[in-house]
Amino acid sequence: MANIVIDRIRKSFGAFQALKEVSLTINDGEFVSLLGPSGCGKTTLLRIIAGLETSTSGDVRIGDRSIIGLVPKDRGLAMVFQNYAVFPHMTVYENVAFGLRMQKADDARVKAQVEKAAGLLHIEPYLDRYPNKLSGGQRQRVAVARALAVEPKVLLMDEPLSNLDALLRLEMRTELKTVLQSAGTTTIYVTHDQTEAMGLSDRIAVMHNGVVEQIGHPVEIYNHPATRFVGGFIGNPPMNFIKVPVSNGQVAAGAEQLATPKDVGNEIVLGLRGEAVELAPLPQGLEMKVRVAEPMGSHLLLTGSIHDQPVRVILPASETVKSGDTIGLKLDSKRITWLSPESGKSFPAVLA
Amino acid sequence: MTQNRPWIPYLLILPSVAFLALLFVVPLVQTIWLAVSDNGVPSLANAERMVTDINFTRSVKNTFLLTIVVVPVQIAIALAMGTMVAKVGRGRETILWIWTIPLGISDLAAGLVWLSILQNTGYFNSLLFSLGVIGRQASWLSYQTPVALFIAIAVAEIWRGTAIVMVIIVAGLNQVPKEFKEAAEIFGAGPWTRFWRITLPLIRPALQSALILRTVLAFEVFAVVYALGGRNFPVLVGEAYNWQNQNQNYSVAAAYAVLIMIISLAATLIYLKALKVDPERLP
Repeated sequence: MANIVIDRIRKSFGAFQALKEVSLTINDGEFVSLLGPSGCGKTTLLRIIAGLETSTSGDVRIGDRSIIGLVPKDRGLAMVFQNYAVFPHMTVYENVAFGLRMQKADDARVKAQVEKAAGLLHIEPYLDRYPNKLSGGQRQRVAVARALAVEPKVLLMDEPLSNLDALLRLEMRTELKTVLQSAGTTTIYVTHDQTEAMGLSDRIAVMHNGVVEQIGHPVEIYNHPATRFVGGFIGNPPMNFIKVPVSNGQVAAGAEQLATPKDVGNEIVLGLRGEAVELAPLPQGLEMKVRVAEPMGSHLLLTGSIHDQPVRVILPASETVKSGDTIGLKLDSKRITWLSPESGKSFPAVLA
Repeated sequence: MTQNRPWIPYLLILPSVAFLALLFVVPLVQTIWLAVSDNGVPSLANAERMVTDINFTRSVKNTFLLTIVVVPVQIAIALAMGTMVAKVGRGRETILWIWTIPLGISDLAAGLVWLSILQNTGYFNSLLFSLGVIGRQASWLSYQTPVALFIAIAVAEIWRGTAIVMVIIVAGLNQVPKEFKEAAEIFGAGPWTRFWRITLPLIRPALQSALILRTVLAFEVFAVVYALGGRNFPVLVGEAYNWQNQNQNYSVAAAYAVLIMIISLAATLIYLKALKVDPERLP
């Protein structure tokens, strides 16, 4: 069993706290992304797990065995680097075989494992070549094959797709998912790209300023962000946050009254996904002043304001709204996230 | 702009080409001619006179011996220095600066520094005397102590000439992204394996440059030897100097010069062949 327990890991660089007591549990065979903007500590956390960086305090356990004091090679993990780190002076075959050679595996096993990994990543035709003759995508395949060839208990990936162009990234993403699903390896995947994290992960840990703001299933994180940061970081356009007055436990959205969580003050922040609305006639709908309307083909993107606060909403492409219009919106009450104006944290979902 | 005036690059390069042609190629041709002619007629008389001279065999032997001992030690020390300094965070620049100080000292001055340490009344003897190791002045640099003299010259040469190797090696090490070493570490390579299997192959071009430069310079060794050993330790350039200045025989001196050039070229070709750098296998 290769579940990973990250137990109150802290890391300081001088006065700067890169990680402030991060705790996470990753189940055996699970694919978890560490998602966040640059400088949030995600790569530092990954490097601590790998053993390339030391933590200031805290523990990391793989399958109930503490690995924090071990050198990287004794941790039973493999890693894929952002810039591939495929050895240029070795053929693709020797690159994929590197970990096995270090384990002093016999030639028959090396050959079998290299061929298996190469087959999974479709790099058999390049086994005799040197990496410099390969494209970025092919090199990344070599890096992944090298990692899988040792059949690691845990696979760490540090922004493995960010050096690829957009089209290739999409292709590799799909392929990675297929390969890793069949390998069943516990994977920790660092990325700043939310679509990558959403598409690949069983769970996502959203990190910000050295803390995990939320960990959960991609859809859960998307629909019910735990904090204002998570809502704003995930989704394109990001979640809208509208500060609205509360009276008698209710918020008026046009003619409709929305129930708020219990025990809130006079004001609450209404977190609204751009697509959780539909067009409604005024005055029943909530009034939105449209500043710019952008037909995107697949949908219509509207930028404007509600209660004089900036919002972005998405309507079906078939709607005809023009820049400068004032429109009414009906909100999908099930998809509203209520947040505290003071702490920025969300309230538990209100059961209708 | 230069597309309209394609001669501009050539014009700008011309002075340096003319300068080198005038002050390098012409003397080179003259020297070669001087070495292989006698009274304006092609002849091997000078070469013959060179090889039959009593000091010739010794100078060839000494020069090669010195090169074979000094260059590998310098490469090894430079690799160790470069690898160590790579681990240093703060103060790295200062350490490198101090390590490169010998670069700024002329070879004759370096020889004189070591002479002041190793001569009979030098610092080394004073130290040994004060420690009670020796009872009276010991001589290290005389013709009666050839081994000590050789070691003294080798040490002085290593002290003086390692910095340039280190500079080249450090530049080479800086070109190797740290991810290569990290990847090797993750996949189970220990420090020695990382050094031999990852670092060394990746700094091959720098290693090649350092070896060529240092070997060519080692065959030209002169001032340090002259300061420490005088004619007790004949080397090729020293012999050329003696034929030129003391014997006033420019032709035999030219023959020595040509011999040194041939040895240097041969060494360079051997390195280029042995340490062939395949651009395909570089980062």
